[in-house]
Amino acid sequence: MNQRNPAISKGIDWVIIWLYIALVVIGILSIFSVTYREGENVIDSMVKMRSDYGKQTFYFIISLVLGLFIILTDSKFFTATANIWYAFGILLLLLVFPFHTEVKGTNSIIRFGGFQLQPAELCKVFVNLALAKFMSRIETNFTRPRSQLIAAAIVLAPALITVAQKETGLALVFFAFFIVMFREGLPAGYLVTGFSLAVLIVATLLIEKNTLAVIITAIAIAALYLMRRQIKRRRSILFSILLFWLFCVGIQRFAVPFLFTNVFQKHQVERIFSLIGRENPYAKLNKVRDEAPATKPKDTDYNVRQSKIAIGSGGFAGRGFLKGTQTRFDFVPEQRTDFIFCTIGEGFGFLGSVVFMGLYLFLLLRIVTIAERQRSVFSRCYAYGVASVVFFHITINMCMTIGLAPVIGIPLPFISYGGTSLVTFSVLLFILIRLDADRQMVLR
Amino acid sequence: MSLFNQSRSTVIRLIFLGIFFIIMIQLFNLQVVSNKYQQMAMDNAVFRKVVYPNRGIIYDRKNQAILNNTIMYDLVVTPYEVKKIDTLALCRILEIDTVEFKRRMLEVRLKNGNFRPSIFEDLLPPQLHARLDEYIWKFPGFALVERPVRVYPYKAAAHIMGYVGEADSGIIRRSGGFYRLGDYVGRSGLEAYYEKVLMGQRGITKLIKDNNNRLVGSYEMGRFDTPALAGRNLRTFIDVEVQQLAEKLMSNKVGAIVALDPKTGGIIAMASGPNYDPNDLTGPNKQKNYGRLALDVAGPLLNRAVQGNYEPGSTYKPMGALVALDEGLIGPNYGYPCGGFYQACMKSVKCTHDNPGHAANLRLSIANSCNSYYSHIYRMTVENSKMGGLKKAFPAWKIYLNHFGLGQKLGVDIPGESNGLVPDTALYNRIYRGSWNSCTNVSLGIGQGEMQSTPLQLANAMCVIANKGFYYTPHFVKSIDNETRADTILNKYRVKHEVLTRISDEAYEAVTSGMQDVVERGTAQAAMIPGINICAKTGTAEKYRIIDGKRIQLEDNSMFVCFAPRENPQIAIAVVVENSGFGSTWASPIASLIMEKYLNDTLRSERLKEVDRIVAANLMPPYLGRLQYIEDSTRAFRWYNMTKDTSYIMKFLKRGQPIPKPANPSKPAPVLINRSASLPEKLKVQKKTGTII
Repeated sequence: MNQRNPAISKGIDWVIIWLYIALVVIGILSIFSVTYREGENVIDSMVKMRSDYGKQTFYFIISLVLGLFIILTDSKFFTATANIWYAFGILLLLLVFPFHTEVKGTNSIIRFGGFQLQPAELCKVFVNLALAKFMSRIETNFTRPRSQLIAAAIVLAPALITVAQKETGLALVFFAFFIVMFREGLPAGYLVTGFSLAVLIVATLLIEKNTLAVIITAIAIAALYLMRRQIKRRRSILFSILLFWLFCVGIQRFAVPFLFTNVFQKHQVERIFSLIGRENPYAKLNKVRDEAPATKPKDTDYNVRQSKIAIGSGGFAGRGFLKGTQTRFDFVPEQRTDFIFCTIGEGFGFLGSVVFMGLYLFLLLRIVTIAERQRSVFSRCYAYGVASVVFFHITINMCMTIGLAPVIGIPLPFISYGGTSLVTFSVLLFILIRLDADRQMVLR
Repeated sequence: MSLFNQSRSTVIRLIFLGIFFIIMIQLFNLQVVSNKYQQMAMDNAVFRKVVYPNRGIIYDRKNQAILNNTIMYDLVVTPYEVKKIDTLALCRILEIDTVEFKRRMLEVRLKNGNFRPSIFEDLLPPQLHARLDEYIWKFPGFALVERPVRVYPYKAAAHIMGYVGEADSGIIRRSGGFYRLGDYVGRSGLEAYYEKVLMGQRGITKLIKDNNNRLVGSYEMGRFDTPALAGRNLRTFIDVEVQQLAEKLMSNKVGAIVALDPKTGGIIAMASGPNYDPNDLTGPNKQKNYGRLALDVAGPLLNRAVQGNYEPGSTYKPMGALVALDEGLIGPNYGYPCGGFYQACMKSVKCTHDNPGHAANLRLSIANSCNSYYSHIYRMTVENSKMGGLKKAFPAWKIYLNHFGLGQKLGVDIPGESNGLVPDTALYNRIYRGSWNSCTNVSLGIGQGEMQSTPLQLANAMCVIANKGFYYTPHFVKSIDNETRADTILNKYRVKHEVLTRISDEAYEAVTSGMQDVVERGTAQAAMIPGINICAKTGTAEKYRIIDGKRIQLEDNSMFVCFAPRENPQIAIAVVVENSGFGSTWASPIASLIMEKYLNDTLRSERLKEVDRIVAANLMPPYLGRLQYIEDSTRAFRWYNMTKDTSYIMKFLKRGQPIPKPANPSKPAPVLINRSASLPEKLKVQKKTGTII
C-alpha cells in the first residue's frame, strides 16, 4: 500500500512528533537560560554557533534532517540492515580503544575536528534494532533458555565494552532492554530474582553485615520450618534452600565487598555511600586506580546538594525564566548536561516540573500504545526498546538530580546539551515513527 | 497468550507510572514541603554587602571637632587577578620581604578565597599611600581602598572619647547578632556610651554572586536594599583648650583633673595622667600602640578621673561640716579647743595646727583644716542621740554623703565608672564583729580610712556646695544633632538632684566662706586669681604600697577641690596628683590655672611660666620602674613556661651574668627544659638585690 501511496506524511504519528519538538525546544531554552549572559547578541551567537544553545539548535536541525531521511527510507531497510548496524556499532565501540581522547575521566569519546562522538550513545539504536531483529525471527522461541541467552548477549556485549571504557552510566542503560525481553515473554522469575538480588545488595550496604547474616539465616530457618512437610517428601528442597542461603550469605559477605573494592572506582563507591549517607567502609581497601580527575576537591555530595538547592528554591511556582539565581550563576556543576533539570525546577517550580514530567509520561505511554498496535514483532520490540531506553534515562537522571540515586552521568533525553545524545534519541524516535507508519506491514 | 501479553504491557505501564509517581513525590517534597532550600539558595547566591555609614563627629562647646573622620587607605588584593607582578618592587615599597609577601598572600587566599578582594595591608601611613598610589598601576590585582578612620585634631581627650575597635565575640554575642565579625564598634569612652547614636544606621546592599563568589550585579534591581544613615554628631560641654591645658599639666604625673560646670553638670575637662595621644589607637600602628599602652604598669589606658579611688582626705571636711550643720549639731559659731591633737579617743589624731583658736568657729576650722574639729563633729554626727545613736545616725550620715554623690556611681556618660566607697554599718560589723563605735573609724571624719571617692565625685560634691544643694549628673554631651523624642539617652542628665537644698543657705554660706578663706589666707594661696573669689579645699592623703613584700610609705596624694566664682559658680574642679606631697604644692596651682583659663579664656603671661614649671615636674612614682620590671619578667617567665620560647626571658637573664650555655651543645632542648625549674630562683635573686631600673 505504501509503495502505491508515497505521501510521506501518511501514517505518521504527529502526536509523537509534536511531543518531540516540544521537548527539544524546552531543552534548548533550558540550555539558553544557563548559558545566556546579559547583553549577548542571541541571533549572532545562534548563527555562528558560539554558544551552547546555538550548537544545540544546530544539532536539532541535523536531527530533523536525519529524521526526514529516515522517514523517507523504506521500513524494510531497518529490518534488513539491523545486524549490519549492530556489527558497525560494535566496531565503533572497539575503535574507541585506539582512538579515544580522555574527557572528564571517561575513555569513551572519539574526537575529530571540533566534534566529539560517543559510540556508546549511538549503540543504543543499533542494539535496539538488532534485538528487535533477533526477537522477530521465526526460529526464535523466546521461552527457550538458548534464545534468552542470545538476547542477553546481544544486549550485554556492548554494555561490557562500555564498562571497559569507564562509562558505567551508559553501560547501565543497556539493562533497559530487559524490559523489552520481559514484554516478549521472559519469565517473570528473572525479574523477581533480579529485584531480590538488588534488594540484597542494597541491604548489604545499609545493614551491618553480621545483623544481615542473622536475618538471612532466620529467613532460611523459617523457610525450612514452613516447608518441613515437602522436605520430608523431597530431600532436594532442603538442599536448594541451603544452597540459596549459602548464595545469599556469599553475596553479602564476599561478592559486594569484592565489587566495591575491585570493580568500582573509588569515586563511584563514594557517590553511592554519600547517597545513603554512610561513611564508605571500603575507602582504604579499594584497589582500583581512581581515574576520576582530582581537580575538584569538593565533597562527594556537592553536586547533588547544589542540585537539590536549585530545584528546591524553585518552590511551587518557580522563579521564572532566566530568574533562577542558582542556575544562572553556575552553582550546579554540569548543569547544561546531566543536571539540566535544575533549570526547569528552579525556573518553573513544582508546577513546571509536573507539566514537564507529564510531557515525558505522555511520550512514554504513547510509545507503549504505538508498540501495542504493531502487527510485526520487530516493530513492537523496537518500540518497547525506545520506551525502555528513554524511560531508563529519565529515571536515572531525574533520581540523580533530586537525590534518590547516586550520581551516574547520563543525559536527560532530548533536553541535555550534547550532540550525540540528541541525535541518537532523535534517530531512535524517527525510526519508530517510520516503522509505525507502516504498522500494517509485517516486517521480519 | 494475547491476554498474557496484554497484562505484561500493563505491568510496564504501571512501572512507568510508579517510578514517575516516586519522582513527583520527591519533587513535591523538595519544592513545596521543605523550605530550607530557598534559604540555602539565598545563602549561595546573594551577598549582603553592609554599607557602613560615617560615624558621628564629637564637637566641643565652641563647636570645634574634637573627634572627626578622615579617609585612610587599605591595600587590597584580589589573588585571582594578580599576574606577573614585580613582587620584589612591591615588597620594597611595603618594606617587607618576599617570604612575608607569600605568607600574606596565602593567608588572604585561605581566608577569602581567590576571587574576593581582601586586605593585604590595612591603614597605610600617608607617605606609604602616596608612594603606592604612584605605582599601583604596575601591580594588577592590587588596589587602594578608602576607609573612614577616626582622627583627633587636638590630640586630646583620649580617655573621654575612647576608641573604636573591631567587635569581639563577647560584643557580638551580647548584641544578639546585631554586630558581625569585622564590624567596628566603640570600645570605651563616649564612642562606646553613645555607640547607637554615633554609628548611624548600617545600610545593606544585596548583590548577586556567582559560584566563584564574584559579585556580578545587584539583586532584584536593589529592591531589598536599605540605605546607610550617617551617625549623628554629639555637642559636648568640653572646652577643648581647657582640656588640652589639663592634659598638658598632667604630663609626667599620675592623677586626674575634673572640671565641671555646676549649673548644668556639664564636664568642661577631664584629664587623667599618664595620658596618651588618641591618634595612636586609630592609625596604622594601633595594634602595636595598644599593646604598649596595655602593658604599661602606670596604666595610661586607665581613666583615673572616673576609675581612680582616692581617700578624699581633707577635701571631705566641707561636707562633714554641712552634715553637722544640717543636723543642728553645730552652728556657724561652733568652736573646738584644739591643742594640736584630738585625744578624745584612745589614740590621738594629729592636727597640723596647734595655736589656740585656730578652730574657734566653723569658718576658721575649714580655713585651717583642723583635724580635731572634724574628728569631733564627725563623732557628734554619727552618735547623734536625736537620731537614735550610732546604729541609726551612722547610716543617716552615709545617706548624706550619698546625696553629695559619694559612694555610688554618678552615672556619667562614659563607661567604667567606679563606685567609690562610703562605708556602711555592715562593713564595720563585719570587720569588728559588731563591736565598734565612732572612735573606731574616727578617721572618716577627716576623709581617711575606708572612705574612697573618684575625682569626678569630688568635683560633683563641689557643684553641690557651689549650687547650695543641687547638682546635675555630670555628663559630657550637651545635645545630639537632630535629637528626637526617641533619644532618651540624655534624659537622665536633665534631672535636677536637689535633696540637699534642704540644708539652709546660712550653712552653705558658712562653709563657702571658710573655703574662700582657704584660698585667701589658708593652705591654697597659690590658687589665687585676682578678681575672682575662689572657694577651695586642699587635701592630703597618706599612701602606702607593697613592693617586693615590703610596705613602703609613698609621698602623699595631693588633692584639691574648688569652685569659682563664689557669687556665680561657673566651674567646679577636683584635682588629684598622686605621690606629690601637700595639696597646695601641685594640685592647687593646677586647678588655679584651669580656672583662669576657663573663666578668663586665657592665661596671663606670667602664668605661662607656672605652666612650664608644672609640666616640667616629673612626679611619676619611683616604684613604677621596679613594678614594670617585675611585671615584664614574670610575663616573660610565664611565656617561657608556656611555649619554651626563650626570646623574651633572655633579656632578663642577661643582667649581671652571662647567658647560661647548655652543658651539652648537641642536645640543647632537654637541657633548657631542665633549667626551667631553676629559673624562678634566678628571678628571686634579682628581686632580693632589688635593682630598680
